[in-house]
Amino acid sequence: MPDSAAVRITGLRKSFGELTVLDGIDLSVDEGTVFALLGPNGAGKTTMVDILCTLSRADAGTVLVGGHDVVRDPEAVRAAIAVTGQFSAVDNLLTGAENLRLMADLRHLGRHEAHRRIADLLDRFDLGEAADKPVATYSGGMRRKLDLAMGLVSRPRIVFLDEPTTGLDPRSRRTMWEIVRGLVADGATIFLTTQYLEEADELADRIGVLDGGRLVAEGTSEELKRLVPGATLRLTFRDRAELESAAGLLPDATSLPETLTLAVRGDGSLRSIRSVLRTLDEAAIDAEHLVVDTPDLDDVFLALTGRPTDVTVEIS
Amino acid sequence: MTTLTYALGDSATMLRRNLKRAVRYPALTVLVAGMPVVFLLLFVFVFGGTLGAGLGGATAGRAEYVNFVTPGILLIGVASAAQGTAIAVAMDMNEGIIARFRTMSIARGSVLTGHVLSSLIQTMLGLAIILGVALLVGFRPTATAAEWISVVGVLAMATFALVWLSVAMGLAAKTVESASNMPMLLVLLPFFGSGFVPTDSMPAGLRAFAEYQPFTPVMDTLRGLLLGGPIGTSAVLAVAWCAGISAVGWIWARRRYERRPARQP
Repeated sequence: MPDSAAVRITGLRKSFGELTVLDGIDLSVDEGTVFALLGPNGAGKTTMVDILCTLSRADAGTVLVGGHDVVRDPEAVRAAIAVTGQFSAVDNLLTGAENLRLMADLRHLGRHEAHRRIADLLDRFDLGEAADKPVATYSGGMRRKLDLAMGLVSRPRIVFLDEPTTGLDPRSRRTMWEIVRGLVADGATIFLTTQYLEEADELADRIGVLDGGRLVAEGTSEELKRLVPGATLRLTFRDRAELESAAGLLPDATSLPETLTLAVRGDGSLRSIRSVLRTLDEAAIDAEHLVVDTPDLDDVFLALTGRPTDVTVEIS
Repeated sequence: MTTLTYALGDSATMLRRNLKRAVRYPALTVLVAGMPVVFLLLFVFVFGGTLGAGLGGATAGRAEYVNFVTPGILLIGVASAAQGTAIAVAMDMNEGIIARFRTMSIARGSVLTGHVLSSLIQTMLGLAIILGVALLVGFRPTATAAEWISVVGVLAMATFALVWLSVAMGLAAKTVESASNMPMLLVLLPFFGSGFVPTDSMPAGLRAFAEYQPFTPVMDTLRGLLLGGPIGTSAVLAVAWCAGISAVGWIWARRRYERRPARQP
C-alpha cells in the first residue's frame, strides 16, 4: 500500500546486549519537509539513522522509508535514499570527480547523464577547482560537501544527514545550510540529526527530541518553545557580594558567579518582573544590567532532557 | 538490464576503483612483489651453490638450484600478494565509503569481487616480474607453449584461491595490523613443502606435513610443467586444493561481509 509519508516509524526498538538504545519510537515525516532529530551524544540518533538507511536492523517495530519496508524491501529503500554520515564516506585515494563518477557508475547513470550530473554537482558545491585533486588533500568542509554531493548523484527523494555540520567552521556550516535549503526547494525530504539547537531551529519544519532512547517531544520549533512558558530575567551585578545578597532574597533564582549574573525564571508578565525588582529595591540592591530572555530551544532541550542545567524550570 | 548485467557492471566498477587505488598507493604493491624477488636472489646467490650441490645429479650447482627454486618463489609471490590483499581489504573496511556502499542499491558481493579481481590482476603482473628476474639469473624452463598456458592457469587458480581466503581474513581482522599477520602463515608454507628443498631430505614428521600440505602439489605441478618431469597426481591434487580453498574463502568472506557491523563502535 502506498504511504504518503517519507518516513513512518512505529514501535521501533533496538538494543545492543543489555543496553537499550531505542525504546519504542513512533514517528512520521511528511514528504518534502525537513525533520531534525535532536539529542545529546549517545541518545541513539545514529542508531536510528542506521536502521532507517538499512545499515542496521531493528529488534522490533516497523520502519517504512519512501513507502518501502526497510527489512522486507531494503533494495527499494536504498534506491530512494542518500546518506551522509558523521564520518566521511569518500574514497581518499580518488579525486573528487572520480568519487562522483564512482557513484554515477554504481547508480547506473548513462555516460551523458553522468557527465552532466557531475559537472552540475561540482559547480553547485563549488568544488570545480578541486575536482581533479585527490580527496586526501581536501579540507574538512570540502570533504563534507563532496560527501553530500556523492549522495545526490542519483537525485534521491529522501536524504539522511547524520550530524552534517559537526566539526565544521561557522562559514562551512552556513554553506551546508544553504545546500540543505536548496534540496528542500527541489522537493527532497530531509531527515537530519544534530546536537545543535540553532541548526534545528534554522532548518527544520519539525523537530523531535530524542533522549534515553525515547522521543520525549515532537513538534515545530514554536510548539516546542511553548512547552517552556514564561521568560528568564537575567540580572547582572557590580560585584560578588551584591550577587550573593540578591540570590539570598530570591531563593528560586540561579546564580552564575563567573558572569555575576542571576537568572530568575518567571511567567514573563510585567507583574512578576516588578515583584523581583521591588524585592531588590527594598533591600537597596542595585543591578547594573537587566535582560528578559524568552525561552529558546536550549531551554526546551534542557527542560525536556533533564540534563544538569543552570536554568530552573518552574511552570507557573 | 538484468540482475546479472548489473552484477557484472557493479563488479567492473569496483574493479576499476581498486585498480586506481593500487596505482595511487603503490607502496603495498611494490612491497608485495619485491619480497619474493629478494627471496629469489637470496636463495640463488647466497644459498644456491650449497643447496644446488645437495640436489644431487650430474650438473648439480647454482644453475640447477635456480630451476628448482623458481616454482617455490612463484608461490611465495602468490602468498605475499594474498597478504597484500588482506591488508588492502582491512584498510578499505575501515573507510566510511564501505558503509555508503551498503546504503546503495548495488549488486551484493561486488565490493568483494572487485577486490578479488584487482588482486588477481596485480598478482599475475607481479608473478610476470618474478619470472623475468628468474630468467635473468639463470632460470631455464623447457616448457612448450601449451605448458606455459597451463602454468599461467595453475598460477591464476592458486592466486584466486588464496586471494578469496585473504579477503575473508582481511574482513575478519579487527585492525590492519592483524590483517597483515594472519596470512603470514601462507608466506611460510612453501618453505615447509617442496618449494626450497626436496621433501625427502626432511625429518619424518615434517616430511609427512610437507608432502600433504596444499602448496606442495601446486609447486610440483608447476615444476613438472616448466622443467619437464613427472607430474603424476599432483595436478589433480592442486586443482582440488585450490577449489576447496576458494570455496572456503568465498563462503567465509561473504558471511563476514554480511555480518560485519556498519561501523566499528
